Amino acid sequence: MPNQAQLLPGTLDLLILKSVSLGPLHGYGILLRIGQITDSALLVEQGALYPALFRLVRQGLLIASWGVSENNRRAKFYELTVAGRNRFREETEGWNRLANAMAAALAAQPEEL
Amino acid sequence: MNLPLYFRSLAAKLFHGSMIAEDVEEELRSHIQHRADDLERSGFDRAEAERRARIEFGGYVRYKEESHEAMGGRFIETLIQDVRFGLRVLRKSPGFTIAAISTLALALGANAVVFGVLNGLILRPLSVPQAESLYGSEYGDGAGWQSYPNYLDLRDRNHSFEGLAAFNFVFAGFDTGKDPSVATGFATTGNYFDVLRIQPFLGRFFHASDERGPNSAPYIVLNYAYWHSRFQDDRGVVGRVVRLDKHPFTILGVTPPGFRGTVLFISPDFFMPIVNQPQVSPGFDLNDRANNGGIFEVFGHLRPGATPLQGVADMNMVGAYLAETYPKEFVHKASTLSRQGLTSFRGPAEAFVAGLMLLAGLILLAACANLGSLFTAHAADRSREVALRLALGSSRSRILRQLMTEAVLISLAGGAVGLLGSVFLLRRLSTWQPFAGAPVHLPVTPDGKVYLVALALALVSGFLFGIVPVRQVLRANPYEIVKAGMSGSPSGILSRKFGLRVTVRDVLLAIQISMCAVLVTASMVAVRGLVRSLHSNFGFETRDTMLVGANLAMAGYSVDKVPDMQRRMIDALLTIPGVEQAGLVNRYPPLIYASGRRENVFKNETTDLKQSNVADAPYRYDVSPGYFEAAGTSELAGRGLNWRDDKNAPYVAIVNREFAERMFGSVANAIGRYYKMQDGKHIQIVGVVENGKYLSVTEDQQTAMFLPSPQSPASGAYLVVKSHRDPQELAAAIRSKLRELDEGLPLDIQTWNSMLAVVMFPSRVATMALGALGMLGAMLSVTGIFGMAAYSVNRRLREFGIRVALGAQRKEVLQAALGRAVKLLAFGSAAGLLLGVLASRVLAFIVYQATPRDPLVLAGVVVAMSLVGLVATWIPAQRALAADPMMLLREE
Repeated sequence: MPNQAQLLPGTLDLLILKSVSLGPLHGYGILLRIGQITDSALLVEQGALYPALFRLVRQGLLIASWGVSENNRRAKFYELTVAGRNRFREETEGWNRLANAMAAALAAQPEEL
Repeated sequence: MNLPLYFRSLAAKLFHGSMIAEDVEEELRSHIQHRADDLERSGFDRAEAERRARIEFGGYVRYKEESHEAMGGRFIETLIQDVRFGLRVLRKSPGFTIAAISTLALALGANAVVFGVLNGLILRPLSVPQAESLYGSEYGDGAGWQSYPNYLDLRDRNHSFEGLAAFNFVFAGFDTGKDPSVATGFATTGNYFDVLRIQPFLGRFFHASDERGPNSAPYIVLNYAYWHSRFQDDRGVVGRVVRLDKHPFTILGVTPPGFRGTVLFISPDFFMPIVNQPQVSPGFDLNDRANNGGIFEVFGHLRPGATPLQGVADMNMVGAYLAETYPKEFVHKASTLSRQGLTSFRGPAEAFVAGLMLLAGLILLAACANLGSLFTAHAADRSREVALRLALGSSRSRILRQLMTEAVLISLAGGAVGLLGSVFLLRRLSTWQPFAGAPVHLPVTPDGKVYLVALALALVSGFLFGIVPVRQVLRANPYEIVKAGMSGSPSGILSRKFGLRVTVRDVLLAIQISMCAVLVTASMVAVRGLVRSLHSNFGFETRDTMLVGANLAMAGYSVDKVPDMQRRMIDALLTIPGVEQAGLVNRYPPLIYASGRRENVFKNETTDLKQSNVADAPYRYDVSPGYFEAAGTSELAGRGLNWRDDKNAPYVAIVNREFAERMFGSVANAIGRYYKMQDGKHIQIVGVVENGKYLSVTEDQQTAMFLPSPQSPASGAYLVVKSHRDPQELAAAIRSKLRELDEGLPLDIQTWNSMLAVVMFPSRVATMALGALGMLGAMLSVTGIFGMAAYSVNRRLREFGIRVALGAQRKEVLQAALGRAVKLLAFGSAAGLLLGVLASRVLAFIVYQATPRDPLVLAGVVVAMSLVGLVATWIPAQRALAADPMMLLREE
């Protein structure tokens, strides 16, 4: 998969929050959702997801509960808490500001200076 | 971090730890199953799908661990895991474990004992309320001793102390109606217990209000321990009358259990008011301002707000006033305050303990170096295991943590064993009675502080040597090690990379050996010093000499009857078959109980006998005719004493060579010359005897004068009896002969040598301690060199096999196997010997005649270290020589 980019530090958390904000998901589901919304452009090693998930749970941004998946298997489903929803909004704004600034900076032409 | 939440989750994890672990496992497995389901749908069979799912998932174990950590760290679980794994590793290498634990136990035990002594003798205050503001004074001539009138002036004229109490030692026949025996007491001022702020366990104490002039307060207070042993805890003793040297005293009360008087290592039997001391110390003049034996120590609490500096200034002011007012009786040098409890013994005690601490610290360092090399070797042996764990995805920090846990496990185990041993030793020490009948008591029972220090030392040393192999682990390249296999040289990684010939272990070992050589040198110097001091010239001959202590006052003789009775005793002793010479010396013979008494003398032409005109202060002994012959003191010039030198004859003296030379230039010059005593008496020198030791065996040469005892009789005296008969028989014969003269004579019969043992006690203890530390040092060197030699032989056994196969001789194999160890030993020993010689200057303070520049000592150290080397390399050498090429090559 030559076109996949390495994740920037901190972006995995934001991607997880985004995926879960669209509806409760289990771990593998989150992975699929990230692949789907990023058009498989980002490389996430599967196992690396779980330490990040547990960290978010511990920070009180996600809440987890056992349930049954579409494959009829036991799986743990994650949802955003209120704090998680707020954090997701802040992080999104922050990210957009950064991305816009970076895009503007990189698009600068000699005559604009 | 949200602390309550953290603790709640920590608690939950502690209780449900395994549940959570299962929870995580299940979730990860569920993930892999879901992935496998997808792969299966895309056409793989189930087994292949699951295999691929697992590979795609990545390092399963690693993510599991990271997950646990993400859930709030799993410090305790990791710890338990590490401890469990560590124990397993240690059980698997018992040789390493035993070597490491015993090395550490020895070193920590030695340190805990030394610290216990330091704690008991110097750090711990007396067990009285507010001991921190209690100070002893060193006053007057600086020795602590003081006269009673000077004490009274200091007490009444100072403004810094709440109250000042004072005490002195008394030895008296203690008679309860049956079984009279000699007991030791403190004669104290009436306010003694009030100044100390302690309350009686039973009855009451005496107070300042009980003192109404000389011999007005016939009361005693019993020490708890004495009450327990002599009166079997009889609560009815209060109010009972006992006799001290035939004088009736009423028992007022008993001190509380923890209180053992105000000198740390002397535990008295009873306390009596000092105003009554003349009753039990005949000839003791309490009110003589010049009597500097009147008070042993003055002490008291500083007023709240007063600083020690103000106290000293105050004491100096009073001292200056007294020196001006009583120039004849009082000398004032500087005054100081000292922590109460040790007084004039503080200096030597501190020097001794500091020396011990230094050496014990060296032992600990040597042990740490030893452990460091043990651990490095151990880590090298495990490099394959470490490499495997790294390859399987374990993090380096996790592995380091594991190694640290092992180090701490070992240090805790070693610490525990060492502490147990030291507690046992300290307990024994604190109940130890070095001399029968002497009230010596070492308060070194271990307390919380000792345990704490031992624990801290154990942990610190654990980390110190735990760090040693860290570099090795951090550098380890898993692929290289796994590829190279077990037999790859471990230090090879280091030396190949840096081209270094000297490894960390070599340096550690050299340091360790040199420290051990310091210890060996120090102990040899000390032992040699003791041997010499036992054979040096004391100015008298203790062999075949018996001392008979006879206190005529205890038997009820008045002073005017004493000279006649003493002469009859000497004459009686001379009739015993086998007795060659007999004489007596008033009070104590030289060197016994540190009892030398100095007296001021003046030149004959001096008329104003004030302190600044004093010509010398020789030790004074009052001896009878026959004393020099019995004591084996050789007479150099003039005549000896005879019975005609009595109180009707002119005053004469015999002086030692030093006195003659200092006052009159030479021995010949001194004969027939006169000098003056403090009371103005003219004394003619009629003879000169050889120099000797008087107060302690370590003193510089002192002056001494010997006056005829009939001219200044004293009831307490020691008879000196020279005889080649068996001491036991002789003692019985002396006893029955003297009992013929007087049935009720209390006698104390001992050989001079055994009494001298008391004098030699401090240097004997110092020598024993140093000897023990030296042994420890030698043992540590043996384990260190053995460890290194055995390890390197083990590593290179295959190489030796090849060498033997290629025709190497035994000598060459040995050289290859042990050359390095021997070189390190030689280098370390030489460095240690040099350091030890320097360190021995410190020893000279404690141990008499401790000189390192002694060929015997130097040779001894070299022999000892060579023996250490021989012992330590014997087994590895045997192994190297037994290397059988066929066997070794087949093994590969």
